[in-house]
Amino acid sequence: MSTDTSDDTGEELFGDVDLGWEHLKNRIFLGIVFAAAMFGVVALGLLLLDIATDFYVGVTEFNINLGEFLTRDGSRREELAGFRGAIVASIMLMGVTAFLSFFVGVGSAIYLEEYAPKNRVTRLIEANLANLAGVPSIVYGLLALAALRNGIGLGPIVLVGGVALALLVMPIIIVSTQEALRAVPDGVRRGSYATGATKWQTIRRVVLPAALPGIFTGTILALARAIGETAPLLMVGALFVNRIPYGPFDRFSGMPTQIYAWAAEPSQHFIHLAAIGIVVLLTMMLFMNGVAVYLRNKYETEV
Amino acid sequence: MSTETDPGPGITKGSGTQADQIENRRARRVLFGCAVITVLTTLAIFFVLFDNAASYFWSSRITEAIFLGEPFEREITFTEFFTGTRWAPEHATPAHGILPVAFGTLAITVGAAFVSIPIGTATALYISEYASKSVRSKLKPTLEVLAGIPTIVYGYFAIAFINPVVVGPIADALFGINVGRYSMVSGMLVVGIMTIPMVSSISEDAMQAVPDELRNGAYALGATKYDVSLSVVVPAAISGIFASYILAVSRAIGETMAVTLAAGFNANITANPFSEIMTMTAYMVSMARGTSAVGTVEYQSLFAVGLVLFVMTLSMNLLNDHLKRRFQEEYQ
Repeated sequence: MSTDTSDDTGEELFGDVDLGWEHLKNRIFLGIVFAAAMFGVVALGLLLLDIATDFYVGVTEFNINLGEFLTRDGSRREELAGFRGAIVASIMLMGVTAFLSFFVGVGSAIYLEEYAPKNRVTRLIEANLANLAGVPSIVYGLLALAALRNGIGLGPIVLVGGVALALLVMPIIIVSTQEALRAVPDGVRRGSYATGATKWQTIRRVVLPAALPGIFTGTILALARAIGETAPLLMVGALFVNRIPYGPFDRFSGMPTQIYAWAAEPSQHFIHLAAIGIVVLLTMMLFMNGVAVYLRNKYETEV
Repeated sequence: MSTETDPGPGITKGSGTQADQIENRRARRVLFGCAVITVLTTLAIFFVLFDNAASYFWSSRITEAIFLGEPFEREITFTEFFTGTRWAPEHATPAHGILPVAFGTLAITVGAAFVSIPIGTATALYISEYASKSVRSKLKPTLEVLAGIPTIVYGYFAIAFINPVVVGPIADALFGINVGRYSMVSGMLVVGIMTIPMVSSISEDAMQAVPDELRNGAYALGATKYDVSLSVVVPAAISGIFASYILAVSRAIGETMAVTLAAGFNANITANPFSEIMTMTAYMVSMARGTSAVGTVEYQSLFAVGLVLFVMTLSMNLLNDHLKRRFQEEYQ
């Protein structure tokens, strides 16, 4: 720590500092912060190891056949339960979510980044966006439950779940789209204006094509987050449905809600079904993240 | 430099033709409409929560009372709601005190903060001040994976590993307590673990924003790395660090699936960390599991609890915004 050296001459510069203690203190501190950094890594390792172990035990000891697991629908009987209905429901849900959130999200981002004047309305929209990003996901579920499922009487259907998830990921899509638009150099815009193009022509023909890979990357990452969201789906009543939904107006239970239903069962067989479901869910998320990273790397240098 | 002012053939004066200008204005309006949707979302959340929460307190929604003339019948007083110590709206002898579930949320949040704040801050210090470039480039993405894992998976981790394998044996060996399927402490642990990356990455950003001149100045005075970390970097980055804490706390308050599967469904106020408790979000999940029809007290209570939850996280977010603005001002 700081020491009073005003009276010290050169040779006793460190006279009142115990250097040994200073070294020890530094080493202990490094040990502490290093251990803390490793804590997160170890926790992640344990989590993945636990799921991998349960997956393995499920396949070997509980004789869960992976092929049957992926091609059967859910069931109250543990030995007949499969994941097909949930997988199809989740994919359908992602389609609805992507459709609903992409255009509105990208549109909002273009407005905020390219058109918005610096006034009170813009500040309000931006502050509101920051707050929306912090709203707990379960609250979006409540909104969809009261307004859509019961308010206009749509029932617990895929579309209602999709709206809840679309509203949930909207702030993420907007922020990532804004970043992608910001990454387009201003010189490109000015060049377009110089040829007499309007703002909208510039955006549509010059800025958007250049920003599109970044926008897609952000959207896919947002969807990868949405596919694991459980609470909003539970609130709209997506639970205890086993079969494949026949369309966006059918009842459903997605992958995360099915995993929850299994994990909450007391039977060990169901717990291991949940572990296998989690492996499928994480694999799908990993794939989506992989696509996003691939897109980013492929187009990063060209912009 | 050319003095030519005549625009070439095909280039009209001004920017675009009149039709182009009209198209531009129309595009602008449509895009503005998109941005307004995000504001409408917030208004819709407020409206739905207040409207339905009113039906919990007075038996009719505000809209029902205004448009259909339905009377306000039941009375659940705010005194009962905010000070009652028993929470069982669905019970045969109902009780409407939110304190037990609010306690559950508070306990999990505080417990999780005791895990994520020290560990997250220390992790941020390690990454920002000590780690080499190559370690940093591996450690940061690894922790981001931790942030990307769905909460339901953390819930599974709690119910299949933390509670039976970690918490259970420790409680049995040290205190002779038999831990059931759920426990408060495993909820604290699992939410703490999942909020570590939020604390570490935002704190680390704040620490990175501290100019190197400050560090070098301290080194020139003979300070050690320990001194620089704790006496220079942390104070200089403090508002960003606090912002990360608030974000983590806000996330812990609204956390649903992990606490539901870790801490359980038993609404009670207890000091025993190994007992089963219920958070506000877990209560909402338990109602969603049942078949609570529209118009029942259980259904209406969802929104009263949801409103309290929303107000809690909203105030956290506003505080976070405020701190973030201060933090940006300092280094721009």
